[in-house]
Amino acid sequence: MLTMERWRRVIAQYRSAPGDEVPVVLSRDGSHGPVVHGLSAAAQTRGIEAGARVVDVQAIHPDLHVEPADLEGDEALIQRLVHWARRWCPWTARDVDHGLLLDVTGCTHLFGGEAAMLRDIRSRFALQGLTARTAMAPTPGAAQALARFGSGAQICGAEDLAAALAPLPVAALRLDAQTTRLLDRLGLKTIGALSDLPRAALMRRFASLKPDRNPLILLDKALGQAPDPLNAPPDHRHFMTRSRLPEPVIDPAPHLPALVEDLCTLLARAELGARRLRLTIYRIDGDWRTLGVATARASRDPAHLRRLFDGKLENIDSGFGFDLLTLEATDSEPLPLIQDHLDGKRDPSADVAGLLDRLAAKLGSDKVSWPAWRETHKPERVEHRVDALQGTPAAAPTLLRERPLRLLTPPEEVRVIYAVPEGPPSQFNWRRVTYKTTRHAGPERIAPEWWRDRPGTRLRDYYKVEVEGGQRFWLYREGVIHDGRGAEPRWFLHGLFA
Amino acid sequence: MTTDSTYGQVLTLPRRRPSTPPEPGVLATHAPLTDVFPGAFASASASGFVLSLLPRGKGPVLWVQDFLSRRENGVPYTPSLAAFGLEQPVLLVTASHARDVLWTMEEGASCAGLSAVIGEVHGGPEVLDFTATKRLSLRAEASGVPLYLIRSGDPGGLSAARMRWRIASLPAQAHPDDPQAPGAARWDLELFRARGHAPGRWVASHDPDKRQSPRAADRLRLVPYADDGAVASGDRPIPQRSGG
Repeated sequence: MLTMERWRRVIAQYRSAPGDEVPVVLSRDGSHGPVVHGLSAAAQTRGIEAGARVVDVQAIHPDLHVEPADLEGDEALIQRLVHWARRWCPWTARDVDHGLLLDVTGCTHLFGGEAAMLRDIRSRFALQGLTARTAMAPTPGAAQALARFGSGAQICGAEDLAAALAPLPVAALRLDAQTTRLLDRLGLKTIGALSDLPRAALMRRFASLKPDRNPLILLDKALGQAPDPLNAPPDHRHFMTRSRLPEPVIDPAPHLPALVEDLCTLLARAELGARRLRLTIYRIDGDWRTLGVATARASRDPAHLRRLFDGKLENIDSGFGFDLLTLEATDSEPLPLIQDHLDGKRDPSADVAGLLDRLAAKLGSDKVSWPAWRETHKPERVEHRVDALQGTPAAAPTLLRERPLRLLTPPEEVRVIYAVPEGPPSQFNWRRVTYKTTRHAGPERIAPEWWRDRPGTRLRDYYKVEVEGGQRFWLYREGVIHDGRGAEPRWFLHGLFA
Repeated sequence: MTTDSTYGQVLTLPRRRPSTPPEPGVLATHAPLTDVFPGAFASASASGFVLSLLPRGKGPVLWVQDFLSRRENGVPYTPSLAAFGLEQPVLLVTASHARDVLWTMEEGASCAGLSAVIGEVHGGPEVLDFTATKRLSLRAEASGVPLYLIRSGDPGGLSAARMRWRIASLPAQAHPDDPQAPGAARWDLELFRARGHAPGRWVASHDPDKRQSPRAADRLRLVPYADDGAVASGDRPIPQRSGG
């Protein structure tokens, strides 16, 4: 449900979504190819089930519209909703299958009673374009069972708990598929049937199951006979300092040191360090401007954090002046107090992290990178860059063949004279200079990667070539004559050897 | 050459001075700032030479390029840097202007956690003047992080670098297995200005075996450049080894 609704909202920003009458499924990777993850209403009415293989469903319904599901995006949305739901009560936690658990004990009167609160929750989710099924019960287990399998707005007191749960299927206890099938075979289709049986027999039958799969333990939790506490994640802590000015000013630089100092004091009290800072100025014309910096490792050193803003404050557009500026740590991490070296030495890795921050703040974080490597044959694809603020340096791969020290990106086309079409070049013209080759090594043939390259990509024959001046170049011929993939093969210069 | 004043007879011929003996001390001392001027399309040779000079260490190497040198000379191909004997991780910075390269090198020079800083500037821009190199040199001297500046396409103006090298490619050595193929690289290496050392010219090559010996500071093998003796034995005094 949530997957589909979120997908419709996301693609509405880029293109038109297929109509409601078209069956749409979202696919995720299964162990034997893609499987159905989310379904539209039209797909549900056709009897498509989640978990089926996409190719099978497509064979039955040729008009099916298949799109990839964004599992990380859904998870991120649910995590945000967990904290957003604290508008109703202080304790909220994430449940399985896109569920939220709210412990509203003592909070319902603030919203005008239990029924009014459930109505409020449903309408607030509807405003966000999400459909919520709600239920209220004395235990989390019963509440989630009633929300998923009940009428959608059920409120159940402690006295009629057993009666409300009795008609629900056993799957409502969050059992796994195997146990559900087993109970089904035993003829125990509803929770009522399960609770009517003598306990001793069931205990013997299910003694080997783990607590989170054991139907008896789950039933006890749902009925309130076993404790089932809610594990609510702590709130994100937000650190912000502000400075209000009596008169509008243009230059934020003189106010920054005090703000940074205050923020670092706040962070030090909480034993945290900032990873991301945001400076916001509120202009007198009602507009605002922000400025962000990031750090490679958590820091609460005022001098260091202040230096990251160097050279950026001049470019901020203050308009006719601003009278309020705030500095907030949008992302922070635990940073315990560390004993410095007694001999006055500095930690070299901390020095490098500080350098990364300054370079990324001045040049842009995409300009400062560590190299990383991929398993591939194409020389220019072997290396890719990871953002230095996020990644760590990886160990270099072992080269099996000699590779040039420098690579031209992209390779430059050269005009070549050769003795035989499949042989090495005897003379070539690069950047308006003609080179005569004296020695060569090769060819080294690198075939296109059929699993990645476009069809029709030609193979490459690489030559290491030494010219009369002594320079050594890495040339390749793209394709061979009569390979059926285009005209005459072209030559490129790809690298320079030491 | 000394002659007998009476008969004009040649008594002694001048002993032919070996053009410039390879001084192991030249390379062992890591100068705070080293300029390397590659000849035509010898920028890969210059990077190979700098890699052979790099000190051992655990800290990363900061490698910064401006846009022009990236376009003219390509980017360092890090998988083969490791094959060339570089053990440290390489932190790559791509700047758009030479001004940013100099700023980055200055920041890197004041960071003691790095083992070296390599900067590349193409075309000899105006910002790369004596003052800029002096700043870099002072920073590097204070922190002990050696700086290497590869200046391609640069006529070479004033510089405060302690060592200034010119490097050009030479035909490679013979390949041990294949007579048709080029073997290990050789460079024509000229030290044209240095504080505390005599200028000299050598045929250099990368020596991977020196990596094993713990005392060797560099990984270079130097052979005196075999120039024309008649011209070379001029009136130049044999250089004095100063205290450095």
